[in-house]
Amino acid sequence: MNRQSNLYTIIYSTILVIVVGVVLSVVYQALRPQQLENMANDTKRQILASARIIPSGDQTISDLYSSHIKDSYIVDSKGQKIDSDKDPFEINVALEVKKPADERLLPVFECTTDNGLKYIVPVYGAGLWGPIWGYLAFDSNGDTIYGAYFAHQGETPGLGAEIEKPQFCDQFEGKDIFSKSGEFISVSVVKVGKEPADKAWVHAISGGTITSQGVEKMLLNSLEPYSAFFLNLKAGTPETDMTVSEPVPTFESTETAEVELNSVEP
Amino acid sequence: MNVNKSLLPLINPLSKDNPVIVQVLGICSALAVTAKLEPALVMTISVTAVLALANVIISLLRNTIPTSIRIIVQLVVVAALVVIVDQVLKAWNYEVSKALSVFIGLIITNCIIMGRLEAFAMSNRPWASFLDGIGNGLGYGIILVIVAFFRELLGSGTLFGCQVIPQWCYEHGYQNNGMMILPPMALITVACIIWVHRSRNKDLQE
Repeated sequence: MNRQSNLYTIIYSTILVIVVGVVLSVVYQALRPQQLENMANDTKRQILASARIIPSGDQTISDLYSSHIKDSYIVDSKGQKIDSDKDPFEINVALEVKKPADERLLPVFECTTDNGLKYIVPVYGAGLWGPIWGYLAFDSNGDTIYGAYFAHQGETPGLGAEIEKPQFCDQFEGKDIFSKSGEFISVSVVKVGKEPADKAWVHAISGGTITSQGVEKMLLNSLEPYSAFFLNLKAGTPETDMTVSEPVPTFESTETAEVELNSVEP
Repeated sequence: MNVNKSLLPLINPLSKDNPVIVQVLGICSALAVTAKLEPALVMTISVTAVLALANVIISLLRNTIPTSIRIIVQLVVVAALVVIVDQVLKAWNYEVSKALSVFIGLIITNCIIMGRLEAFAMSNRPWASFLDGIGNGLGYGIILVIVAFFRELLGSGTLFGCQVIPQWCYEHGYQNNGMMILPPMALITVACIIWVHRSRNKDLQE
């Protein structure tokens, strides 16, 4: 057959594309379960890291997670538990932070540590090049940060990417997110020499200004809806009220949500 | 002598016919992944693997590919290989794949790969093409690692993430050069390497 003829070219390209397509789908299908498990494990590792639990030795992340995270639930911006069949672990924080505060589903993970019960909440925001996210663990007084974990998709290495380093994350330990009068004030990320006197602050990363500002905005936006929940903890009122006064915002299409989550946390 | 000749595709790209500093290919990723040594090294391994495999596949197909669509065929083969590498890393080595997420995809656009497929694999036998792929991947990697070494050392004071500039230097006023982290410094570092390389290989001078 003439190898320069149109017919040959069309048949050749068709066969090539079909072969490549089949190979890729087989690879994808074969590796998918393992990939999903890796992603779930990675999220579990991040949640545990915020409570300063680092896996060691031969312990698997899933075992470590189930031995520490004893309870998890969803609250609304009034601090009430939402009676939902949705798994808090599956909530796509990236979508939630875009909603108005009173419509958000706010996941909380209760973590038992050597230093008592901690409450872990997710945060999500934007850095310079892409999304940044993290988890914050709070003491049972609902005010003091016990530990922080931040991650990013593609911040500049050596600059904005430093937010995931202990040098940055560890600064958050022991900071209070409420003022003495009980107002939510979050934690500021500031330049050396610009430290505010009246609220908690951490030092920004020099050269990573936009990412540092992103962290500050992320904390403000993601933690603010939790104020009521934390104030309840602070006041020592146990979270027993399971009644829901308002209709629960429905969470459409779990499948889309999962795909979204995967795409922002590769 | 005969053995040496058959190994030429492997040895030449390391210096005399280096893809980055002589053929000036793959400069884009040399800027992107060389701020730290570790991604530079993993990028080297990934590019070498993809390049060697793509070279072999194209070399096997070289007598059947219609000339009018040969670039598209090469692209499809490379893209498929890169996607497979990405998927395998995600399943078996999730940590590394997370660190390299964007860079793996960038392999498709690496000019070295298309350049070698078009210039070598389309007209040579599979074994020679395989050696050529390994050689060019390593030749690319050598430059990447040299550039990353200087950029990480001078820019962050670390190598493979470990602090190597001692603390007393900082106490006596030494500062990391933040500019080394920015992409333009990779170009200047590559230029310095070319300068040294040319002055040692007079026959490459124009």
